[in-house]
Amino acid sequence: MRPKFGVVVFPGSNCDHDAYYSLKKVLGFDVVFLWHKNTSLESCDVIILPGGFSYGDYLRTGAIARFSPIMKSVIDFAKKGGYVMGICNGFQILLEAGLLPGVLLKNKSLQFVCKDVYLSIENKDTVFTRGITSKDKLKFPVAHGEGNYFADEDTLKSIVDNNQIVFKYTSFNGNDDFNPNGSIMDIAGIINKEKNVLGLMPHPERSCDPILGKTDGSLVFNSIASSFLN
Amino acid sequence: MYKAKVLVKRRPSILDPQGKAVEKGAEHLGLKNIKETRIGKYIEFLVDTDDKSSAENEVNEYCHKLLANPIMEDYEFTLEPASLSASRDKKAK
Repeated sequence: MRPKFGVVVFPGSNCDHDAYYSLKKVLGFDVVFLWHKNTSLESCDVIILPGGFSYGDYLRTGAIARFSPIMKSVIDFAKKGGYVMGICNGFQILLEAGLLPGVLLKNKSLQFVCKDVYLSIENKDTVFTRGITSKDKLKFPVAHGEGNYFADEDTLKSIVDNNQIVFKYTSFNGNDDFNPNGSIMDIAGIINKEKNVLGLMPHPERSCDPILGKTDGSLVFNSIASSFLN
Repeated sequence: MYKAKVLVKRRPSILDPQGKAVEKGAEHLGLKNIKETRIGKYIEFLVDTDDKSSAENEVNEYCHKLLANPIMEDYEFTLEPASLSASRDKKAK
């Protein structure tokens, strides 16, 4: 079977249509938008929390979105083992909701950073990465002001010990300044201990349509889909 | 009724790049004695109860679950007696 994707729309989400477009028009999946005030996940198999500036980033990024009615359903879904993927602002929301450990601070440079980055796959044994066999490095764009991942020493140790780092920023040619935001250990994306909730700052949904010059994002979505085949 | 005044501060162990950048501005202003600028948040609101301990509980929960992220921030607050009319109704007229 092919999984059905749900893209949550918060007030201020602005990558919801990117995700919908890539999943539906480029990759041919069944996709629906899920409005933040609703509580039904409409029998979706995979929930995407998209990028953007939910609730204007007021107070802290993701802090208010985390209390949206839909989030209670998303949290229940995640706790039962459902697949949830938070991209950029979606990652920030997952951290605020306590589904993933740590925080995202302002970029070290204090600048909003918008460019392509390269990622190494640190854990190839997750539903999000298992199907990626053709490549070691993925090219995704980043676009954020607060992507500087931080966790205290104990949390970091637990993340490492449990193989929770999925993506790290990595060098393209060996001497470039590749970490775009100062995140600790070059962390770009992490997964929960149960390995069903992924959060990452870079945008796989903006790396699917060949017309944009990069398609590595489709590897991630197809990896998820291939786990539904069995 | 109480007025709550909440201060949310970044924990000392967490880098504050915003504070550092603002401090650069102080240098450009020619201020030579400004050190360790750190930026937090000040939040005020009314708590509609006359029971101080239940007001404290509610403010604590508000701070802990929403206003501050305990992973990177500490908070402190004060409560003082207040009334709705003093703060808002004048403007409405």
